[in-house]
Amino acid sequence: MNLQNKSLSAKIGKTLIYVIIIFLGLVTLLPLLNIVAISLSSSGAVTANAVGIIPVNFTLEPYKMLVDDPQFWRSFGISVQRVFLSLGLNMILIIFMAYPLSKRKSEFKGRSIYMNLLIFAMLFNGGMIPTYLVVRNLGLLNTIWSLVLPSAVPVFSVILMMNFFRGVPKALEEAAIIDGATPMQVLLRVYLPISIPSLATVALFSIVGSWNDFFSGLIYMTRTTNYPLMTYIQSLTVDIQQMIQQGINSTNLSELMGVSDRNLNAAKIVVSSIPLILIYPLLQKYFITGIVVGSVKE
Amino acid sequence: MKLDYIFKGARIMQQRKRTASKRLTNSNLTYHLMILPGIVFLLIFNYAPMFGLVMAFQDYVPAKGIFNSDFVGFQHFAYMFSLPSIERVFTNTIVIAGGKIIFNTLLAIVFAILLNEIRVRWLKKSVQTIVYLPNFLSWVVLASVVVNMFNLDGSVNHILDNFGVGPFNFLGSNQLFRPLIIGTDVWKSFGFNSIVYLAAITSIDPGLHEAASIDGANWWRRVWHVTLPGMLPIILLLAILNLPNILNGGFDQIYNLYSPVVYQSGDIIDTYVYRVGLMGRDYSFGTAVGLFKSIIGLVLILSANQTAKKFTERQLF
Repeated sequence: MNLQNKSLSAKIGKTLIYVIIIFLGLVTLLPLLNIVAISLSSSGAVTANAVGIIPVNFTLEPYKMLVDDPQFWRSFGISVQRVFLSLGLNMILIIFMAYPLSKRKSEFKGRSIYMNLLIFAMLFNGGMIPTYLVVRNLGLLNTIWSLVLPSAVPVFSVILMMNFFRGVPKALEEAAIIDGATPMQVLLRVYLPISIPSLATVALFSIVGSWNDFFSGLIYMTRTTNYPLMTYIQSLTVDIQQMIQQGINSTNLSELMGVSDRNLNAAKIVVSSIPLILIYPLLQKYFITGIVVGSVKE
Repeated sequence: MKLDYIFKGARIMQQRKRTASKRLTNSNLTYHLMILPGIVFLLIFNYAPMFGLVMAFQDYVPAKGIFNSDFVGFQHFAYMFSLPSIERVFTNTIVIAGGKIIFNTLLAIVFAILLNEIRVRWLKKSVQTIVYLPNFLSWVVLASVVVNMFNLDGSVNHILDNFGVGPFNFLGSNQLFRPLIIGTDVWKSFGFNSIVYLAAITSIDPGLHEAASIDGANWWRRVWHVTLPGMLPIILLLAILNLPNILNGGFDQIYNLYSPVVYQSGDIIDTYVYRVGLMGRDYSFGTAVGLFKSIIGLVLILSANQTAKKFTERQLF
């Protein structure tokens, strides 16, 4: 047997796998590092396209300018406010919908009606324009509630939570009832404490979703001063992008605008991503279990 | 004496039953009250807009409202099918969404199989940490990253220049825009999509791999005959369940990257409805286009669920 030969080709194969994996990692990482590097480089270097993944003519000037940008911080504040309001409302509604729905039909009469309402809302929707008109007719335009209320019931999270509650051993509930606990107490004292990982998963869904959403801000806010952060950043970059796409390269562009704003915009993008980077360890921990466990039911 | 006990027992049983059923009605009431707020929100923000779909059959005038606007039947649908641009919009949507589904699935599977071979723990963990990250970032942020890389004098054109090709105006070319959209979407999500496949691989019985090795199967053969068949149920299931997404081209991504120059190749149903219906205030027509999409989507998702149930004994709902 040519064991020697076999182990050599196996070795080459192994190396190739490592090379591909490292390559994919770098391809994902480098464009992100590029933006960070641009945010830390001088306008001149950015305009000359000299910035790779290491800042050129290192400067904190873009971040200093950012500190003095009132609209950025106003939008940042709106986004933070919105994330907390959405999170609170979502969690309350998810828990109080998922718990009764996790009961059997015999324990909760009317369950199937509610369940069908929920599932149909997942499968079909009125679409962009009717939803917009409902929000407008309720007088919510230009209020923070237009960013919070339309997504108050995250159907997917309710179903995920319901499936989790169903997996909780019945004996726990029975023991609590024998001790005289009301249904509310059973939920709060028995179910919630053992559901913390699942609750974390749906909470993170909510946080990421509302922080990243720019579209609600775009259609429900008619005044720029009311924009949440992602809508604000989007409104800044879209004009420049359209110029670039129409064939003007960024050198012409910065001449056109007198000065390169690209490093300032990059700084805005970096700062707007910091909250997500901060909770990223949690995201990795809870999203993965949520995705693997909750994506399909048997 | 004995009979007495039995009677007493029966009485106690009856009493217990009564309190139990009383408790049951009580908890039923609590359950209804618990679910009520959520249902109210659902009715206002999900079902009221569905009622608003009536607009698609009206000549909706905001001043008259939905109850007083004139009905026009299927006029908007007829108009929609007479527009040459609508065919383009549907084609773009299907090509872009189809490309995303296919390439996202393929790369995620390949990545999961390769990653599973990595034995250096810190490297595996770091690569996972990196490739899962873009999935959590907004397309607003990533669009800037993409524009930075792909504009006329961005890094990609610099690299291509070293090989003597280019420059390419990726964002402004109708030939390159779709590949760019599909490619950058795969870049954003392949890592995250690989999680499910990785879980499927690790649940394959290692004994099968050992047996194959003893029989002299090399790595390729083991992947082909052990790993892939082991992953097949989950691959099929996700493929079926992804199918209804064929009409979702990805509004956030395209809205942040497209421009009038590439409407021809990059305008999808959602961006079209937004531009013509909402921005152009052609509410009824926009709603008609959206409704058409939603109905096809509903049919697709119901058939996908049936198919999944039939072949894999699992379902989405």
